[in-house]
Amino acid sequence: MIGPYYRPQLTSIMSITHRATGVLLSVIGAPLLLCWIIAVNNGPQSYNALTEFFSGWLGKLLVLAILFSMSFHLLNGIRHLIWDTGRALEIKSAYALGWAVLGGTVLLTLSLAGVLL
Amino acid sequence: MSMVNPLAKARGLGSAKSGVHHWYAQRASALLLLFLVGWLIFSMFRLAGADHAQASAFLSSPFNAAFMILLLISLFYHGMLGLQVVIEDYVRRPGLEIFLHFLTRAGAFSGMAVGTVYVLKLAIGA
Repeated sequence: MIGPYYRPQLTSIMSITHRATGVLLSVIGAPLLLCWIIAVNNGPQSYNALTEFFSGWLGKLLVLAILFSMSFHLLNGIRHLIWDTGRALEIKSAYALGWAVLGGTVLLTLSLAGVLL
Repeated sequence: MSMVNPLAKARGLGSAKSGVHHWYAQRASALLLLFLVGWLIFSMFRLAGADHAQASAFLSSPFNAAFMILLLISLFYHGMLGLQVVIEDYVRRPGLEIFLHFLTRAGAFSGMAVGTVYVLKLAIGA
């Protein structure tokens, strides 16, 4: 999509972001959830070590990136599923739903980050 | 223009690959994950700031354990299908592409197995 004739649009930016967040969730998010489950299994010492890592700056950054990716991919995924039924494909509704997804992503990310970080 | 009609076209099979199944599986797992990630988000709000005892009690409940296992299997499956498409689209070197496809599948199935065993271990208390 990058080239001399490309002009940024909400729709195409959100499309590539859907992919990027999906990759991030698969490569980092899911393994992180697995780490949490294993840490709970290993006992309080491991569990506390993990929560301590999550309260450091790198841990917080990682958690924030995952929370954003999860919120975006979940809400934009609903938008994709609606499209798959053949609905809301007009440019106007594609943009309207796009903005709704972005608003919802900010809300969900901030409320989760506010509680967890 | 070729005078020969491709067999796949004559039979109405499209590209004669397995795209339809992939397309369907990606969306079916997405629909499942809609509910399972909804449950995960709900649980994250409930478990915020939980200590080890609370986290352990959460995963030990049969209902939560079943949901977590379902979530892990759907998540790794959906992620595997997604990564497959990304690799197909962006990786040009055939050798690297095959290696990455292998890595994706091995990683996804390992994630499902490891996750299921660890959740069951807590839930059954072995």
